[in-house]
Amino acid sequence: MDFVTRGFQGRPRGRDDRLPPGQYLTADFPVLSAGPTPGVDHDDWELWVATEDGTRHTWSWAELMELPSDTVTVDIHCVTSWSKLDTEWRGVSLDTVLADVETAADFALVHSYGGYTTNLPLEDLLDGQAWVAFEFDGDDLRPEHGGPARLLVPHLYFWKSAKWVRGIELLLEDSPGFWEQLGYHDYGDPWREQRYQGD
Amino acid sequence: MTLVLDVPDWPGHLPGQHVDVRLTAPDGYTATRSYSVSAPARGDHVELTVQRVPDGEVSSFLADGLAVGDAVRLRGPVGGWFVWRAAQPEPVLLVAGGSGVVPLMSMLRARTEQDPDASPPFRLVYSVREPDDVIYRDELVALAALPSGAGVRLHLVHTRRAPDGDVRPAGRLREDDLVAPGWEAADAPTCYVCGPTGFVESAADLLVGLGHAAEHIRTERFGPSGP
Repeated sequence: MDFVTRGFQGRPRGRDDRLPPGQYLTADFPVLSAGPTPGVDHDDWELWVATEDGTRHTWSWAELMELPSDTVTVDIHCVTSWSKLDTEWRGVSLDTVLADVETAADFALVHSYGGYTTNLPLEDLLDGQAWVAFEFDGDDLRPEHGGPARLLVPHLYFWKSAKWVRGIELLLEDSPGFWEQLGYHDYGDPWREQRYQGD
Repeated sequence: MTLVLDVPDWPGHLPGQHVDVRLTAPDGYTATRSYSVSAPARGDHVELTVQRVPDGEVSSFLADGLAVGDAVRLRGPVGGWFVWRAAQPEPVLLVAGGSGVVPLMSMLRARTEQDPDASPPFRLVYSVREPDDVIYRDELVALAALPSGAGVRLHLVHTRRAPDGDVRPAGRLREDDLVAPGWEAADAPTCYVCGPTGFVESAADLLVGLGHAAEHIRTERFGPSGP
């Protein structure tokens, strides 16, 4: 579909089935955020889930730590074109967090410390696809990467994996988040290259 | 290196926005990188400043392989957050690390093109390793020296080597580099911070420490493997 850029060959490449279209591999872990890194102590940290009827569930840091956690190895894909393969995280599955939450919602709006938001269909948070992650590569998640805890939804572009997660609002109707209101795609599937609205 | 692209029907862009440049090889392989636009739109002309990255797949091609008349695919403008809008009345504090100055230059140029006397005051704090690293030096110095540009202040920070006679010794960005009458936390400027990740983390933390509200600090980072 694209025209060929005269003279452009690109890097030598083998076939890598794990790299979505338009992405390149990186070995380091770039940081992208819209504002300063909020500092949140474990003592002040809280995760909430609010359902469409206003019911609110909360977990302190200690309560989160008591939930069973998974160690997962996943590939992550940033909309700015870098991908990182085989990243290792530890976190609590959203299936566990949402196990006792009664809801008829189809959508989630995720809120972060610092004010960031992002939206996803609720089904993308379930069935082993999403975690509240608090360790990266065996160490506590560093603040600039979203610590104490961030959402991890590796099958979507990484802006959906909200750093500094603090709450999940369950909604009957879709409600666009921060980047989604600024021209980025509502869903963000890297394999369909849904970077911007209209993709 | 500055590229001027002729983009038919360009819809225009806001200062601070970027574009995606996509290159396509004969076998269909594509490589996409984001580049900040460095100047306000002039008709269908879009100006990008590209820093060559060692071993950079796209930046090296743009620097060495692209000839006048060649076509590339451009997507944009992108980004509606790290932008300055002319209607913003508050003072503006720009904080640049290295090539992070590019989108900030677009804001400075937009301010100058409008009506500098009717525009809010801008201050650019620009951190470079050594004097030779300053991009747009002549233009910046001229901007800060204009009588009608009294609202533009330039403060250079040299981290490795300062020019002879500079009152500020070489060293990393510090709190007092960010403090100036008119742009203190009480003046509630909007702060735009752009540069490599470590620089942006540190500058944004300093600003928060000085009392600037987090919602007044907008950041844009170049990752270590960025464009």
